[in-house]
Amino acid sequence: MVKRLLEGASRRGLALLALLLIALLAAPWLADDYVLTVLIIILYFAYTGQAWNVMMGFAGQLSLGHALYVGLGAYTTAALYVHFGIGPWAGLPVAVAVAVAAGAVIGFLAFRFGVGGVYFAILTIAFAEFARIGFDHFRWVGGSSGFFLPVANYTSNDLWNLRGDPTMFYYVMLALTVAAFVLCHVLLRSRVGYYWQAIREDEIAARSLGIDTFRYKMYAVVISAGMTAVAGVFFAFYYNNLFPEQVFHISRSIELILGPIIGGIGTLFGPIIGAFLLTGLSEIMQELLTMLGLDAPGAKQVFYGACLLVVVMVLPDGIWPWLARRLGVTEPKR
Amino acid sequence: MAAAIYLNVAVSGVLTGLVYGLMALGLSVIFGVVRVVNFAHGEMMTIAMYLAIVLFGAFGLDPLAMLVPIAGVLFALGYAMQAGIINPFINRPEHSQFILLVAIALIIVNVLLIVFGPDARNVQTAYAFDSFLLGPLIVDATKVYAGGASLIVAGALFAFFRFAPVGKAIRACADNYTGALVVGLDVKRLYALTFGIGAACVGAAGAMLVLLFDVTPALGPALTLLAFIIVITGGLGSMPGALIGGVLIGLTEAMAGLLFTPSAKSMFSFGLLVLVLLFRPQGILGKRLSW
Repeated sequence: MVKRLLEGASRRGLALLALLLIALLAAPWLADDYVLTVLIIILYFAYTGQAWNVMMGFAGQLSLGHALYVGLGAYTTAALYVHFGIGPWAGLPVAVAVAVAAGAVIGFLAFRFGVGGVYFAILTIAFAEFARIGFDHFRWVGGSSGFFLPVANYTSNDLWNLRGDPTMFYYVMLALTVAAFVLCHVLLRSRVGYYWQAIREDEIAARSLGIDTFRYKMYAVVISAGMTAVAGVFFAFYYNNLFPEQVFHISRSIELILGPIIGGIGTLFGPIIGAFLLTGLSEIMQELLTMLGLDAPGAKQVFYGACLLVVVMVLPDGIWPWLARRLGVTEPKR
Repeated sequence: MAAAIYLNVAVSGVLTGLVYGLMALGLSVIFGVVRVVNFAHGEMMTIAMYLAIVLFGAFGLDPLAMLVPIAGVLFALGYAMQAGIINPFINRPEHSQFILLVAIALIIVNVLLIVFGPDARNVQTAYAFDSFLLGPLIVDATKVYAGGASLIVAGALFAFFRFAPVGKAIRACADNYTGALVVGLDVKRLYALTFGIGAACVGAAGAMLVLLFDVTPALGPALTLLAFIIVITGGLGSMPGALIGGVLIGLTEAMAGLLFTPSAKSMFSFGLLVLVLLFRPQGILGKRLSW
């Protein structure tokens, strides 16, 4: 099993991967609270980026509404916890099921009627926005005035109820990120993964080879939605407050997909590199601007936008494929 | 009496819808020719709106009178964007173009935020509270002017694409990229022109929209979404479709605001979009690339 997982990776690549993992495991001892919080955000985006990548990077279906699945996961577990006292781990399967159902509906409607490309992307935005406004009027979970999880001062970490200090959340998020990475690695080299890549490259050709494109595109949407919902559960219990305006907003969806696109779409390391770069950049920018006394609201985003512009103009395939060549490691190829 | 209320709201929705339609027309023209989805469309519109506010605040110039100059400024902006930044992206995959335009949108929103702050701004014209009485109908004068002007601008645009040599050349690029190159058209320049024209539509619509509601920097993304909904409802790439889609969405929002709650009105637009995408993905008037 382990041997199969490692198959095809270069020795150098594995060494670098091991180093990265050790560094991440040791981080809570080395980093202060601020850095740890940033690392949690980075891992969160690495995870969600990985989940989104399954749909876009592997199967070529552009979703611009992934905030929908984060939000459904977050709201489902939060509602179960607040209204019925059901803990996050027990609520998790329900949250995943809800997101999978939503993904299945969107996928079914779109792929049945042959909605693709830009139209599909905008359909996903439409469903996310629909949910945002819907939840704004959904009183049972607080509506537009927000939904709050009870917060108290916890003296010890309660992993079962996901209540505790940042270090615990950090390890939970790290475990999720590693799990997503392994899952994507396995998926990419499974039969389904090869079908997805065939569909991504040329859907008509894939269908003419006998691939049931409808079914495999559905798998991509459903798996991606389910994975994203898990991040939503984390989101709810980490931040303890949910506002439809924030959770479902289109800027959340965009934020989530910038990492994998900048990092390198369809690659396993792309989402991780992208998350580190973008979140790191954003934090450094904040520090720098504060130091220079330029911390007007919006200044950070302007620079962020400018950096994005430069990266997408200079490195159209993303950073990872370029970096991988530089480091002399090749990823099991797409 | 109740019927009169509905009629009033409907008329007001249709007139606002015409302005929406003009905005969406810009998006439709750009997509129809350049094949790039302008994710910074609403953000460009907020630039036009702030421009109108500055001109009104500093010199007392009426936004309706400033319609043409503002459209001109936006034309220049659009032309520069296409010629300088977007042209190299023409043959790149969709997601790459998407990131590019999202980055541009991000910069626009936040530069506006730095310059104008987060507060809502508007323009108070002398005729802001005028209205026309037509039997039981009370119609806002502002909306009549704005709707009328939108129709005129849209009409001019139709004429341009139908009769002007440059307009015909642009249509040729949309119909057949390679063919246009073969007959010696400067496609890159025509693309820049097209993006400029699309931006000019947005400029004109923005100058009018500032009369109808307040502007904040954060309005941009909402307007971009609105333009998408309209264009897809009407048919991406179809010019009459964009106008009809605008009127339909304006009407839907107005009616939903009256019958349910105003804050839920865009839910109905999204609902309409979902229905159209599912049962007529090419939009109400959409054939691929019809004019």
